[in-house]
Amino acid sequence: MPQFVLFLRDDGRFDPNISAAEMQAIVERYIAWRAKVQQNGRSITGHKLHDGQGRVLNANGSGLKITDGPYAEAREVMGGLFVIEAAGYDEVVALSKDCPHLDFGSIEIREVQPT
Amino acid sequence: MTTGDPIAIVDHLFRKQAGQMIATLTRTLGPRHLSLAEDAVQDALMTAMQQWPFRGVPDHPEAWLFQVARNRALDRLRHGKMAAGKEPDIARASTAVESPAAPPLLRGELPPVEDDQLGLLFLTCHPSLTADARVALALKLVGGFSVREIARAFLSQESAIAQRLVRAKRALRDSQASFGMPDPAHLPERLDSVLDTLYLMFNEGYAATSGDHMIRDDVAGEAIRLARMVAMHPAIAAPRAWALLALMLLHAARFPARVDSDGTLFLLREQDRRKWDASLIAAGMRALDRASAGDRVTAFHLEAGIAACHAAAGSWESTDWAQIVALYDELLALTHSPVVAMNRAVAISRLDGALSGLAALDAIDNLAVLDGYPLLPAIQAELWREAGDTDRAIECYRAALGLARSAPEQRWLTSRLSLLV
Repeated sequence: MPQFVLFLRDDGRFDPNISAAEMQAIVERYIAWRAKVQQNGRSITGHKLHDGQGRVLNANGSGLKITDGPYAEAREVMGGLFVIEAAGYDEVVALSKDCPHLDFGSIEIREVQPT
Repeated sequence: MTTGDPIAIVDHLFRKQAGQMIATLTRTLGPRHLSLAEDAVQDALMTAMQQWPFRGVPDHPEAWLFQVARNRALDRLRHGKMAAGKEPDIARASTAVESPAAPPLLRGELPPVEDDQLGLLFLTCHPSLTADARVALALKLVGGFSVREIARAFLSQESAIAQRLVRAKRALRDSQASFGMPDPAHLPERLDSVLDTLYLMFNEGYAATSGDHMIRDDVAGEAIRLARMVAMHPAIAAPRAWALLALMLLHAARFPARVDSDGTLFLLREQDRRKWDASLIAAGMRALDRASAGDRVTAFHLEAGIAACHAAAGSWESTDWAQIVALYDELLALTHSPVVAMNRAVAISRLDGALSGLAALDAIDNLAVLDGYPLLPAIQAELWREAGDTDRAIECYRAALGLARSAPEQRWLTSRLSLLV
């Protein structure tokens, strides 16, 4: 079964005074979405990436350039990723189009090339 | 993961867990680290909000949250100590409290949460705080409500609530109030402070009819939860705590009949009693039964008794008004409150007629306290209408309309007035 990676990007900011109830409501929306994916018989795993940290490595003629980032000037940073099994792009897009993340940022979907 | 996540999170898990974690951390770290505990708990909830969408809900969400909160608290303490290292006085003060071997709770297992919450409740209801500050602080710390939610429930500005909370926490620090149940000698007085606070908290959710209903129901629900915890605690065993719980449950039973989906208000006499919550009434009656164990009759007992009379009546007309008037007589003798006197006058009007009710209103000593309160002219208007004096009724409805603040109140008065003019 082909695997697809969902790259989740957003602006990395949220209201520090958000209430406990609001936080739970957000989690519940994701849980419902994950359950829907699983009820379709598809597996889903994911990773949250650490906000506000990162290194970008660039090799150029004079050597290796290491910068912090990419968060500083980027409008959107990658906040996390999901891996979903699906028959093809049609199915994975159908599964992803009500992902709650779309309220916070964008999702880029890429198929993992089979070896 | 093909087996599937846990389907749902327990209702209000985050909010409840916030209160429990702040309570436990405050006990283990000491009340002077109250703000640190709060921040650590907020951090833990945010971490869950960020990670659970990706990894699913952990098998033991409460333990997961508590572990993260505890680690965040320890991190913050360590940071605080490093900063304090530059200032010897502060460093000494903080090592005195923090250096003892980490209490067992900081090593991992889940705490005895109810005792901790009671301990925090007694702290937030400390007599050194004003009544308003106690309610706000208890909602924030024990209830896990946010500043914005409290402001919405109180119909006040977020900044005003935030400031009230800051001042309250400073007052607690200054008075060196301690965490936990008071010793037996001080228990009665401290318990009164807790019960009065919960009563106010419940009224905040119950009394006003404008604003955000969902948050108001949650506030009233939190007051009931805490009152139940206090009443059931073996070391407290106070009949008046059961009386408070009884009156809350009996009033809450009527919530579903008070307002319809358009926000139209229904007074007790107009309510569809089939909408009353029978299980809450039964629980309220059982609590009232336990409240009668003592030999002291408190205002809570009398108010619960009045609520029980209403709950037991099949209709407004068949209500036991003689019993209610008798209870109001006792309540008035105890409280001398003009609001009680006003409600007593309504009960008298049901027992002896509208003119007797109007006479009882006129006889209230400190009636001036009720100036600006739309309920008084509204009641007078109803009674004049019943007595057949339309002119006086219209005059009183207009006076009430001039004082009414919430939209449902205004709608109700306008509709009553339109029947007469």
